[in-house]
Amino acid sequence: MFSYIIKRLVVAIPTLLVLMVLSFLLMHAAPGGPFTYEKKLPPEVLANLNAKYGLDQPLWRQMVSYVWGIIAHFDFGPSFVYKDRDVNEIIAQGFPVTLYYGSIAFVVAVVTGVTLGVVAAVRQNSLIDYFAVGLSIGAQVLPNFVMAPVLVLVFALWLGWLPAGGWEGGEISHVILPVIALATSYMASIARITRSSMLEVLTSNHVRTARAKGLPEHKVILRHALKPSLIPVISYLGPAFVAMITGSVVVDSFFSTGGIGKAFVDSALNRDYAVMMGITLLVGVLTIIFNLLVDILYAWIDPKIRY
Amino acid sequence: MKQRLLLSTILSATLAIPAVAANVPEGTALAENQAYNYWMLDAIKSLDPQIVSSVEDSDAVRSLMEGLYNEDGDGNLVPGVALSHDLSEDKTTYTFHLRPEAKWSNGDPVTAGDFVYAWRRLADPATASEYAWYMELMQVVNGAEITAGEKKPEELGVTAIDDHTLEVKILAPLPYFPKMLTHTSVFPVNQKVVEQFGADWTKPGNYVGNGAYTLKDHIVGEKIVMEKSDSYWDAAKTVMSPVTGLTINDENAALTRYEAGELDRTIVPAGQYPRLKEEFPDEATSTPYSCSYTYIFNLAEGKGNEALKDVRVREALSYALDRDIVVNNILQGGQKSAYSWTHWAMNGFTMPEIDYSKWTQAERDEKAKALLAEAGFGPENPLKITLNYNTSEAHQKIAVAVQQMWKQKLGVEMTPQNFEWKVHTDKMNAGDFEMARYAWCADYNEASTFLDLWASYSGNNDAKYANAEYDALLKNAKTAADPGPDYTKAEEILAKDMAIIPIYHYAKVDMIKSDLKGLPQNNVQQTWYAKDLYRVAQ
Repeated sequence: MFSYIIKRLVVAIPTLLVLMVLSFLLMHAAPGGPFTYEKKLPPEVLANLNAKYGLDQPLWRQMVSYVWGIIAHFDFGPSFVYKDRDVNEIIAQGFPVTLYYGSIAFVVAVVTGVTLGVVAAVRQNSLIDYFAVGLSIGAQVLPNFVMAPVLVLVFALWLGWLPAGGWEGGEISHVILPVIALATSYMASIARITRSSMLEVLTSNHVRTARAKGLPEHKVILRHALKPSLIPVISYLGPAFVAMITGSVVVDSFFSTGGIGKAFVDSALNRDYAVMMGITLLVGVLTIIFNLLVDILYAWIDPKIRY
Repeated sequence: MKQRLLLSTILSATLAIPAVAANVPEGTALAENQAYNYWMLDAIKSLDPQIVSSVEDSDAVRSLMEGLYNEDGDGNLVPGVALSHDLSEDKTTYTFHLRPEAKWSNGDPVTAGDFVYAWRRLADPATASEYAWYMELMQVVNGAEITAGEKKPEELGVTAIDDHTLEVKILAPLPYFPKMLTHTSVFPVNQKVVEQFGADWTKPGNYVGNGAYTLKDHIVGEKIVMEKSDSYWDAAKTVMSPVTGLTINDENAALTRYEAGELDRTIVPAGQYPRLKEEFPDEATSTPYSCSYTYIFNLAEGKGNEALKDVRVREALSYALDRDIVVNNILQGGQKSAYSWTHWAMNGFTMPEIDYSKWTQAERDEKAKALLAEAGFGPENPLKITLNYNTSEAHQKIAVAVQQMWKQKLGVEMTPQNFEWKVHTDKMNAGDFEMARYAWCADYNEASTFLDLWASYSGNNDAKYANAEYDALLKNAKTAADPGPDYTKAEEILAKDMAIIPIYHYAKVDMIKSDLKGLPQNNVQQTWYAKDLYRVAQ
């Protein structure tokens, strides 16, 4: 197991390098640059800007100095758009925000999703099942750009219980609506996956054996059926967790959280090369880590899996 | 003999009205709550005056810093750090007399040296300011050469005669030079602080300004909070505090937050003005805003669509485009149909009466059909063109409406092509388009900011329109005592050549809480200063 983890981590380095080179090249291949405006900059002004940010260098040299900056000083470069800040500061400000509401949303989505899925599977074709399936389909088809305005309309404008936006350092009243808006569709997916996987496990031999032994039903479900039925759920949760903690552009924009999801999309539209690279690498590293964690969890859940 | 500007005397007369705050009329009862929350479309990019590049940036910097002059609610100049100035006989040397009591928020006096430092910094290639060209636009001696790296920043034509006297030398007389001084890129900075903290000097805690407010908090992409500065020379008149700008990228989300009482001012999303005006007659406002919307033709040789190089084709397309439908049925926010380029409300500008603006739409359509037939296009040989625009609901609606107008009236087959903003801009710069949507917003409150754009030597003239007579008129206008007739003539030439299709002149369509007073009413630049605002008791 230990050598497996080491092996995976070693493989991660070339993976990240490939990710970096590809995004770097794709980004520079997109038309326009950080200083392309409707009001065009005079050539000498543009030349000064390009010189300041090293964009006048050949692409390979830009890439080398970028990589060197990361290795030598953990410096991901300056933002070309938010000129008072560098990439590290932008991530340090935006990532805790999305990490905070994303983690809460994750817990909410997992707890409600798994519960709904299990209950629906155990009471298959009952009213509870129809309700759970209906709810999760409803939540799935309701995209968060519809959810967000509806939530605000109801809870901020009509009821006046919660603020319509802003972050205020993560004060709880500002966190509730972003969490609901983000969690709903994940909850729905988790519920659906749990339900179908549970249904399959419930008809398997070891569950039949457990029942034959005369175990009470709740023990059969919790001890023997739940754990194996979580395997497909967990493979979904790895990437989902990364997606949630790196935020959603819709949630960030609509609730003005100042989170990193919005910063990521903005950096692509603004051709803010360094910020885009920085967040891409962050998402890449997180994805690798959580995929590894998922694999480790597999082995813990299913003794048949050995590395 | 020197011409002395009477600015300060006129002003001290008007300001002599006994006032408790901002320019609050006597007897006004002020509200207890004097907090102001305003909407920002985007995150603030920088609070460094010489780096500032967006509306959000400059709105905040105008509260945190103060330049030589400010603007009043009608767009006229009022003293800022400068009390007045003298102009030499050859009109190329300005001597500004600075207010001795002006202070930085750390207690340092504001001196002429601070302006010299800031202006050199703006031109300096090492600063790499996106507004470095502003020094050249202002014609400050050696400005262009310094930015191009040919001269040293110290050679800039700006000198501190003493702590309170600033001398600026410009290349040629420029009647609107003083008006250009309200731009944030020529605001002073505190050399000591900039050098001490480097790029970090704009962070809360480090920021030192000379404006009516100090920087309390700034979270990029969320909010900026500013509080009244007690060291500001006119602090006794500042009423509004704290002033908070909230970044909300979604206009509809912003409107919801306005309705929930979290904002005092926000934009009205396109098409919603009539409904809001009916529902909130005291809050929905529409005031002229100095930007113009147009479709440009690619007139560059060997590029674009050859058919569009025929003036008759361009005229036909322009005549058949019913501007009233665009402004009354699509935008619905008090924008005005445009038949000429310069925004109608620019300070000191009289909009020329372009011939076809006086025709009825039926007459225009008739003429358009005849012209297009004359140019050799008809049902057997329909004109096929493409129009590029950048992603936006409003641009798309307009493009689709125009496509229909041209199709129905002229049988023209126009294909609208939608591009992401950077791609759209890149294609325009590279001359890779047939027709393109374009808009221009004034840099200063004078017509030349619009008209200079279509001069053959202008770097922003992506249409590649060139007319020697037009160029000559604009050059002449720079030094003319009254440039008005030149501008009128220039607009007439633009219309005669139909170099572009002007479509509409912008309006700023906002929701503003009815107890909020002191916002500019007739300033087409929409330049506002938080220090002028106040809330009345209701």
